[in-house]
Amino acid sequence: MAMLTNRRKEMAVAASLVAPFVLTFALVFLYPAIRLVELSFTNSPLIGEGEWVGFDNFSRLLSDKLFLTSLRNNGYFVLLTVIPTTVLALCIALMINRLRGSVQALALAIFFLPYILPVSVVTQIWTWMLDFQFGVLQPVIAFFFGKSVAVFKNPYWAMPTVALVTIWWTNGFNVLLFIAGLRNIPKDYYEAAQLDGATRMQLFRRVTWPLLWPVTALVLTLQMILQLKIFDQIYLLTKGGPFNSSYVMLLMVYREAFQLNHGGYASAIALVLFIVIAAFSVLQYQLLRAGGRR
Amino acid sequence: MTSLRKLENGVLTVGTFAAAALWIFPLYWAFITSMRSEDRVVSKEAGVIPDEFNPAAYIDILWNTNLVSWYINSIGTAVIITFTVIVSGMMCAYAISQMRFPGRRILYGVVLASFMVPSQALVVTQFILMNDMGLINTWAGIILPQLIVPVVIIVYKQFFDAVPKELREAVVLDGGGDYTLLFKVYLPLNWGITTALAIITFIMAWNQFLWPFLAVTTEDKMTIPVGITQVNDAFGVFYARLMSVALLGAMPVAIAYLIFQKKVTEAVMISSGVKG
Repeated sequence: MAMLTNRRKEMAVAASLVAPFVLTFALVFLYPAIRLVELSFTNSPLIGEGEWVGFDNFSRLLSDKLFLTSLRNNGYFVLLTVIPTTVLALCIALMINRLRGSVQALALAIFFLPYILPVSVVTQIWTWMLDFQFGVLQPVIAFFFGKSVAVFKNPYWAMPTVALVTIWWTNGFNVLLFIAGLRNIPKDYYEAAQLDGATRMQLFRRVTWPLLWPVTALVLTLQMILQLKIFDQIYLLTKGGPFNSSYVMLLMVYREAFQLNHGGYASAIALVLFIVIAAFSVLQYQLLRAGGRR
Repeated sequence: MTSLRKLENGVLTVGTFAAAALWIFPLYWAFITSMRSEDRVVSKEAGVIPDEFNPAAYIDILWNTNLVSWYINSIGTAVIITFTVIVSGMMCAYAISQMRFPGRRILYGVVLASFMVPSQALVVTQFILMNDMGLINTWAGIILPQLIVPVVIIVYKQFFDAVPKELREAVVLDGGGDYTLLFKVYLPLNWGITTALAIITFIMAWNQFLWPFLAVTTEDKMTIPVGITQVNDAFGVFYARLMSVALLGAMPVAIAYLIFQKKVTEAVMISSGVKG
């Protein structure tokens, strides 16, 4: 009998411990997620009632030019950022890893600092640096391309420039992951290889690269997920223009929901984005497990 | 070491510092710009060497924008978010790690699954919910959807799992309950990870753009990242002022990072799973 009341008491304590998280989770996460699915099958405005329209929103998506453009731009942006930032971060991490003590800490701080800045601070600074008339980078552009370019008003320049800004902003995170990975590689491997007379290139190809692969895979998938969710920088730098050349899915969700008042249609787009990202996240989780962690 | 190796090393070190200088240049340039007069900023003579220390832009920003309210909103919401996320996450993780109750596995499964859900995809229905609750343009409206940070629970669970069972038994023999255990044993043993998690949660909350941007409708309720974007509209292209407001907005997190550099580094590594 005493056992039973004890058990019951433990249950009550456990319930009180998980309650704050579980209740908040149910309210601001689970409920909105269920509502999202429900809304995506209706034609309701942002605020107010709508009617059930079945799969109409989704079939409309397939023939919506702007959606297809957004989808393509999302892919283009992933292409412009994911592999370049991974390669760059790996190079920087290798360079920093050679340094020692406070010099290393300083170099790491310099490369990491942009990552902790609010996105609007980043976009303000780059808008100024790339200003068509007075930007400090315009002479550089003029040197290489013969003339100044209004980068955010040019359909060929807009996306690559947003990608460049994004890489500057977020690269420090990847550098940090690579440094952690490099520190996990036992020193004796290098010593043994060096005794055998391995060159720097051989050390990298035969020791560093294979042992670092789990971290590289992690960085690639994390970046993939992050860059698919692009909204802030696009909204602040180009607003999706010029001529929709930088229009992306999350921007479309925002426009449909909050400017055009199409709650149902916006939910359908959000749901597609949700599924795409969830798929990549499952992949990431598998990689993490394969890497023997968590 | 051969002389070729030495040369290689020298070149690599110089290269590292050149790259670092290039990387920090945007922030340096923003600072130089913010310390100049607006006329000087757009004049031909404005080079990359600092030549003026004119605080006019900073003073103008402090007087003529809502910067102070944005600071208060950002600090207030970020502190509340950090505290709530850490305490609720710690409690939940403790129960999952140390107690036996029905639904424990399912709960942890849900936490892991929600780690994979992009919260950005939920903004539409979160907005509808906050609107139904009458919380648009309030602190509560800004805060509530930001309270779900599953990675905090995942990290805490790992650390609580690693606490030796003998400690637990000793406290239980003395008649201590689970709350005593959590706050007198498990929390003090894990202060290091707690501060690390708190710092990155704070930085994350401070930098949040999309949700506060949607949840706030008037300028006096804005947080720093959202407020900064209003300065454009108010001043047009007055870059000294734009740069000074950007730097003022970035300062709290930049200082927090520079003070707690080691902790931030550790927290990022642990929460992304590359170091356990």
